[in-house]
Amino acid sequence: MTTVSASVHTGQATSFRSVLSEWKAVIGYGLIALLGLIVFGLRTDSGVSTSFQISRPDDTVQVPSFSVPAQPIALTLAVILFAFAGYQAWAKLRGTSVGVWLPIAYGVTFMAALLTWAGAGREDTNVAITGMLVSGVFLAVPLVFGALSGTLCERSGVVNIAIEGQLLGGAFLAAVVASATHNAYLGMLAAPIAGALVGMLLALFAVRYWVDQIVVGVVLNVLVIGITSFLFSTVLSDNTALNQAGAQIGAQGGVMIQNLPIPLLSDIPILGPVLFDQNALVYVMYAIVIVFQIMLFKSRWGLRVRAVGEHPKAADTVGIKVNRTRVRNTILGGAIAGLGGAFFTVASQLAFSKEMTSGKGYIALAAMILGRWNPKGALLAALLFGFADALRIQLGVIGSPIPSEFLAMLPYLATIFAVAGLVGRSRPPAAENIPYKK
Amino acid sequence: MSAAEAKTETPENKDRSDEARSFFRAVVESNGLVVFLAVVAALVVGAVLVVFADKSVQDAAGYFFSRPTDLLSAAWTAVSDAYVAMFQGAIYNLHADSFSGAIKPLTNSLTFSAPLIFAGLGLGVGFRAGLFNIGAQGQVILGAILAGFVGFQFHLPLGIHLALAVIGAVLGGALWGFIPGLLKATTGAHEVIVTIMLNYVGLYLLAWLLSLESFQAPGSDNPKSPPIDGNAQWPKLLGDDYGLHWGFIAALLAAWGVWWLMERSTWGFTFRAVGANPSAATNAGMNVKMTYVLVMVIAGTLAGLAGGTQVLGTEKALTTGIAGSIGFDAITVALLGRSRPAGIVAAGILFGGLRASGPTLQVQANLPIDIVLVIQSVIVLFIAAPPLVRFLFRMPNPRLVKEVTA
Repeated sequence: MTTVSASVHTGQATSFRSVLSEWKAVIGYGLIALLGLIVFGLRTDSGVSTSFQISRPDDTVQVPSFSVPAQPIALTLAVILFAFAGYQAWAKLRGTSVGVWLPIAYGVTFMAALLTWAGAGREDTNVAITGMLVSGVFLAVPLVFGALSGTLCERSGVVNIAIEGQLLGGAFLAAVVASATHNAYLGMLAAPIAGALVGMLLALFAVRYWVDQIVVGVVLNVLVIGITSFLFSTVLSDNTALNQAGAQIGAQGGVMIQNLPIPLLSDIPILGPVLFDQNALVYVMYAIVIVFQIMLFKSRWGLRVRAVGEHPKAADTVGIKVNRTRVRNTILGGAIAGLGGAFFTVASQLAFSKEMTSGKGYIALAAMILGRWNPKGALLAALLFGFADALRIQLGVIGSPIPSEFLAMLPYLATIFAVAGLVGRSRPPAAENIPYKK
Repeated sequence: MSAAEAKTETPENKDRSDEARSFFRAVVESNGLVVFLAVVAALVVGAVLVVFADKSVQDAAGYFFSRPTDLLSAAWTAVSDAYVAMFQGAIYNLHADSFSGAIKPLTNSLTFSAPLIFAGLGLGVGFRAGLFNIGAQGQVILGAILAGFVGFQFHLPLGIHLALAVIGAVLGGALWGFIPGLLKATTGAHEVIVTIMLNYVGLYLLAWLLSLESFQAPGSDNPKSPPIDGNAQWPKLLGDDYGLHWGFIAALLAAWGVWWLMERSTWGFTFRAVGANPSAATNAGMNVKMTYVLVMVIAGTLAGLAGGTQVLGTEKALTTGIAGSIGFDAITVALLGRSRPAGIVAAGILFGGLRASGPTLQVQANLPIDIVLVIQSVIVLFIAAPPLVRFLFRMPNPRLVKEVTA
């Protein structure tokens, strides 16, 4: 009797939940549009305007700045948000799926509404669009490298919580090598070595000794923080020549990683400065994302890696060396995250300081999950987080009504929603965190 | 991998929780000798770092081939200076004028250990139920926020105020534990990811609160709350000369409470059963999902109490750095203590001592406290991999020995 009623009860719960999960996109879009209408549309003072500055002062092609009447524009944008939600509902009823353009267009519209609202009535400042986008891409760099590292490791079945440590190690070694050799590019080359060393330790404990991969990752992060902070306070403070900011290195005749604008492409308004007027690390990032997107899903190597991560026993049966694949991928992943660590020192032209990665490794982990364990998704998620960070800085400049701490929480909250299945469904590789024992 | 080991391994078709269980069992069952050797190995690693960073060692290395003994003696001086300073900072000050001054370092160590014991106990409960909770940091922060708010906002009679502030600590921590527990039970969201993310949400929440006028000391713009009301502070244990407060005794009582919960109560039996084998527990009629929520709430409660001791006993005001790295240190405490209350108390006191030795280490041996992080993490890495310790110290494999004698 009890079992019957229990099963009936769970049956209702699942059907309710399945309805909810089928319509959650529509519901979500609708709720956010409502929020946009109430906050941005109705709470913006009428009669004031928001001014936008498109081009930066030194761009080749200048797009003139302009201002818009804040309230009508914010209202219009909120209505457009409702239109997108309606389109999603219509597509749902017809049973067709909408393309990836909808969430992107929705996001862009929402951002525009938010900026119009935040900048309303602030006559002395204007919203610098291009500057914000450029810093968004730049801030996303360590996240992209970190998320890509996590993707490579986890696709082979090794959880990489040690991204934070790999970034920090890379940042440290890059600073030291660049300062010692007066060559920032040598620092950039050295960074992956530090990350790979951390990756090797992870592989040693996780694959050879079957220690829980999450434990190893957490502890390795503490270890790297300990070692780099210790050396920073002892060796580096005794020999300041070993830890200089990029600009100082440049002054001594060395090279610092500077922006390398790509001819013609970098002159395109907005897109040019954002994508094609960045430093070498950013261009390497584009290349690595494309290469691994193709390699993971179109090459024999990628198929083997994914087989090892999903069903190691089957992979072993057809002759793939499971543990060797895992060790190699973990070290390669570590090296990539280490390269991303170069962002903090040589690419940002800063000297190394204690714990300077400040949790970026964990945001990278979040980007990997939101990106559903593939390089393209990781790139998009990392860009989203980078733009959120740039938006936080921009709102700080124009004086935002939203406390910056709440914007800083966004990536973490988004990840919680993602793993709870509220935003899409993210499923990790099946054999993740399970040591392969013959 | 040896053939004997392979024979004792369970069959291949096991799920994620089985794997977690085998790891936690390895940690829980690792023997005392391995723990001791892991500590020794970590001290050796620490010594290597100290030698590497020491200036006089570097100088002596310059003429190593003409006078090699100089290098060795410089290295010995550096290492012994460091560990003597650590001993004097954590346990007994040999240079003090009186006995009461000499034991002051020990009382400092115990003060530092109280929050580590609280948070470590919470994590230990989770580990034994098969939950890997990385969220102690966030739970400590939330506990500190609520305890601190009750502490500085109200002015209540002695006794009642402290009790209310402690309840605040419990509620804050429990809430931050409840969220990942609920999400795991209802949606299957992995507790590791959710708790990591909640740590940061808690951190930014604290930063935001401390930017508000009502959370700042009057007339100040610093992110620091008004001082905790005297009636809400943990009373001093050994008089005003020492920092040690009753929060430490509360931590010991909590350890006893957790022992009773895990070993003597029905709940504890359920927790351990779920940790050992969730599917068997389900078959035995236990509510596994409910257990996950309950365990996370208890873990959060204990971590929240850790935040409470920090804000009500040690710091006496809410600051952005109130939680320090207690939540992460507590992970190493729980692992080193093998998730058992007695072990956690011992590990908490050890790591509290390492922390307390920081200032002395800085003054006497001119070394930064970060060396402690290295020692801590190496200890945990080694105890998590007993085969590595056995390999390093050329110890026999107990499984092999058993096989032979049988």
